[in-house]
Amino acid sequence: MIGNLVNSLGPHANFIIISYLGVALVITGLIIGTMLSSAKQKKRLANLEAKGIRRRSEK
Amino acid sequence: MKNSTQAQDQSIKKMNWFDRLAHPGQFLKWSKYLIIPLIIITIVLFALGLWYAFFNSPEDYQMGDTVRIMYVHVPNAWLSQFVYMAMAVSAIGTLVWRHPIADVSMKVAAPLGAGFTALALFTGSLWGRPTWGTYWEWDGRMTATLILLFMYLGLVALWRSFDDQLRAAKLIAVLTLVGAINIPIIKFSVDWWNTLHQPSIVSAKGLSMPASIYIPLFVMMFAFTFLFATLHIVGMRTEILRRRADALERKSLYNTGAKGEVK
Repeated sequence: MIGNLVNSLGPHANFIIISYLGVALVITGLIIGTMLSSAKQKKRLANLEAKGIRRRSEK
Repeated sequence: MKNSTQAQDQSIKKMNWFDRLAHPGQFLKWSKYLIIPLIIITIVLFALGLWYAFFNSPEDYQMGDTVRIMYVHVPNAWLSQFVYMAMAVSAIGTLVWRHPIADVSMKVAAPLGAGFTALALFTGSLWGRPTWGTYWEWDGRMTATLILLFMYLGLVALWRSFDDQLRAAKLIAVLTLVGAINIPIIKFSVDWWNTLHQPSIVSAKGLSMPASIYIPLFVMMFAFTFLFATLHIVGMRTEILRRRADALERKSLYNTGAKGEVK
């Protein structure tokens, strides 16, 4: 299926495929970066709470 | 302690809807219900858009199959400007209303905007080679977009160079608003100066392309816009948590230091 698709994209298939791969790579990086950062901050807060350090409103 | 929580709840109830939306604690509460629907909508739109882009849209009579690059180039170019305008609105929120959530929004949007702008330049360059015969041309649209990328990167670097994020917010808000002058320059550059770049696809005369091409384009534009909304909201939640963790760590260090002095 992918082979057929690449063949059907004409003489400039390389430009099209590299464009989409580049976009996929950067978007994946943004998604992974956002998820890792979120997980890191949640873990930081959980560690602080485990030590009994909480916000006044949460005590 | 129960009284302090009740007092806080009452003070939140007294807020108007705008203040309540912008209150970090309230934002964490209401925004969590948006994340899953936004992820689902984004995935569905991307699946539909990619299916249209590769399997259900014709080649262009002039550009051939390279028109398919437009389905990723135009959404990224749109977001490169939209994200900056969102940052400019947030900057006004920081400077005029001093809403804490406004500078969180500004900070989180900057690296996302940089990513979309880099992709707009990357895909535009790859589209330019087979259609114009060159990867790059120092014309108004491309040069102004490159300047936009440098502005995003500069703002990201500025955020990282300040320990005090509240002080950073005011300075960065001013710089963001000054930099917003670049957005109309990018938008109208194709009308003001001679360029290889094609004019805007949407004008007062309507759309300059057939439905078989603008439908996949608009589906992809919505997909990328929803992706930005999802990443922006998750990023804002993370930034609020980061600031809470920073404050708690400072408080913990202060308490430890105070106890040390007493001893």
